[in-house]
Amino acid sequence: MIQVKTMADYLAQGENPDVLFWVGCAGSFDDRAKRITSQFAEILTKIGVRFAILGSEESCTGDPARRAGNEFLFQMMAYQNIQVLNGYEVKKIVTTCPHCFNTLKNEYPELGGKYDVWHHTEFLQDLIDKGNIKITDTNEYKGKRITYHDSCYLGRGNNIYEAPRQILEALDTDLYEMKRSKKNGLCCGAGGAQMFKEEEHGGIRVNEERTKDVLDTQAEIVVANCPFCITMLQDGLKANEKQDEVKVLDIVELLNASI
Amino acid sequence: MISSIIFISLLIILGIFSFKRYRQIYQNIQLGMPWSPSNQLKDRIKNTILIALGQKKMFSRPIPAIFHLFIYLAFIFTQIELIEILIDGIFNSHRFIFHLAEGSFAASIYIGLINFIEILSVSAFVATLVFLSRRNLLKLPRLNMKELTGWPAKDANIILIAEIYLISCIFIMNSADLALQDPANSQYHFLLSSLLVPFWNGISFHTIEIFERIGWWGHVIGIFGFIAYLPYSKHLHIILAFPNAFFSNDDAKGKINYMPQIFNEIQSMMDPSFASNSDGSEMKFGAKDVQDLTWKNLLDAYSCTECGRCTSSCPANQTGKLLSPRKIMMDTRDRLEEVGINIQENGSFVPDNKSLIHDYISVEELRACTTCNACVEECPVNISPLDIIVQLRRNLIMEESNSPQEWNMMFGNIETNGAPWKFSPTERGNWANK
Repeated sequence: MIQVKTMADYLAQGENPDVLFWVGCAGSFDDRAKRITSQFAEILTKIGVRFAILGSEESCTGDPARRAGNEFLFQMMAYQNIQVLNGYEVKKIVTTCPHCFNTLKNEYPELGGKYDVWHHTEFLQDLIDKGNIKITDTNEYKGKRITYHDSCYLGRGNNIYEAPRQILEALDTDLYEMKRSKKNGLCCGAGGAQMFKEEEHGGIRVNEERTKDVLDTQAEIVVANCPFCITMLQDGLKANEKQDEVKVLDIVELLNASI
Repeated sequence: MISSIIFISLLIILGIFSFKRYRQIYQNIQLGMPWSPSNQLKDRIKNTILIALGQKKMFSRPIPAIFHLFIYLAFIFTQIELIEILIDGIFNSHRFIFHLAEGSFAASIYIGLINFIEILSVSAFVATLVFLSRRNLLKLPRLNMKELTGWPAKDANIILIAEIYLISCIFIMNSADLALQDPANSQYHFLLSSLLVPFWNGISFHTIEIFERIGWWGHVIGIFGFIAYLPYSKHLHIILAFPNAFFSNDDAKGKINYMPQIFNEIQSMMDPSFASNSDGSEMKFGAKDVQDLTWKNLLDAYSCTECGRCTSSCPANQTGKLLSPRKIMMDTRDRLEEVGINIQENGSFVPDNKSLIHDYISVEELRACTTCNACVEECPVNISPLDIIVQLRRNLIMEESNSPQEWNMMFGNIETNGAPWKFSPTERGNWANK
């Protein structure tokens, strides 16, 4: 068990953490995503990053409401969160969800919330670059045939394509790109609040279409950076009865097993 | 003299006709809501140079980009020749610029330039044939979707055939012109059209002269027709790509534009000391019709050349959903045209019981979007179908309360539990205790 302090804990001790870890709703409540949250916290603890969470003071950023068209609810959530964040004088935020990342980084500033916001892939890549994270020579994923799925909100949404790939390179994995990758990457089907409703009528589900790309690479592992993509890819593999042959992992899980 | 009069009259008619149409388009775009990009002038100029002039985004698909480049370059350089055509037409002269420069070094520049234009014209000719065949023979999927049935498909072919026609006229004119020269004392030589000179063998001098005029007039009438037709066509992108790139934002694509009216509402709701700067006018949430969109959305609609890169990269469309980002743009333009005509006929807009939502774009189309930005990324001229989709979605939710039941539950959970699912906020930190 790892000790995780909240912003309130730090404040009570009259201290400030290095960074706020914005866990996000999926990371807090979804069983699969919770394991990723724990592992990210483990990495931070191992390398001595002093981080805090908001705990019960964190709320949905409003991303799915905004994208569904409920601007009112989005701005309500933003208002509340910004009050909390500014109340704690938060400067730097790291999050394991690209949707939270995009909203905090790009959409909160004009509502009064200006922070230095990092997605965990860039944050970890930075720590590797600085030598704070040392990867073991005999890591579990060395030489493994893997593929990488760009989430829309990290990739096209924020032009972050290289940091996650550099981590995969640092792990010495054998990366096979899908035919649609980087700028041309295909969505998993969850964005735009699709996660929270049944898909519209069509020929095939978006996640099943994306799973075809994954299977084409014959990779053993598909690496992602977003809790919603992970759910979608996992479901897509199940629909193809390939869930035992191909694993879906967050980049955090690969890294945590290798340091 | 008579030909000068005919030419000048045609020019005046074309001028009046085009002015009216371009003014109409300008006025239609002005119907949109205020909007200004957040980037600086130097970035806007950079975007214009890279994206419009340099066609940077075209090259993500290199093969069509190269053929498109041939047509583009031929078009740009032909404008130089057009200057001479205008002068010759008005003053009834023949190759005015050449004769002005005759005997000097400038004359060889002129000949070099015409030769260069001829080379470009041949490559454009080939590219046009390629484009015609991939559209009509190879039936490229993105150029044969159902939203293109009827007028859009015809429009595309008219433009391509017009290009073939214009290029053919140039070669008839240039080769006849060469054939008319005294071989012993020729003034200019154009490499490619000289290859066609043998075709004029055995034809009388007078007949060739007539054909030279047919080539010239055919080209002139073709150009005039092209200019008049352009603003009614998807082909208008050749002009509007430039302002569209200039006025496009450099914000992260993931960012959705915020609504200041709602910001004011929430501030005054939460903070009693907040002085709202809203003017008290009736608030409208999101866009129901084209007038509620920003003028940039409307400029986007007129700039779209229906290439379908957006639709071919859209995850919803690729998996058989109704949504097609290209159709969003075409519908926006068609509705805007309709609203424009309504205003023209009635002096001001008279409600016609129609709107962009429902009558043009269905709820099902809007609901299929994953906001993945693939369409925005793909568009060679920086059009954002997504921005329109989000504004229409806002209207559905906030004005019509038209929302799927699952979304209502998600909204309710966010509001009461601070999460899209039904979990208590006190459980948020529970992951850490396992």
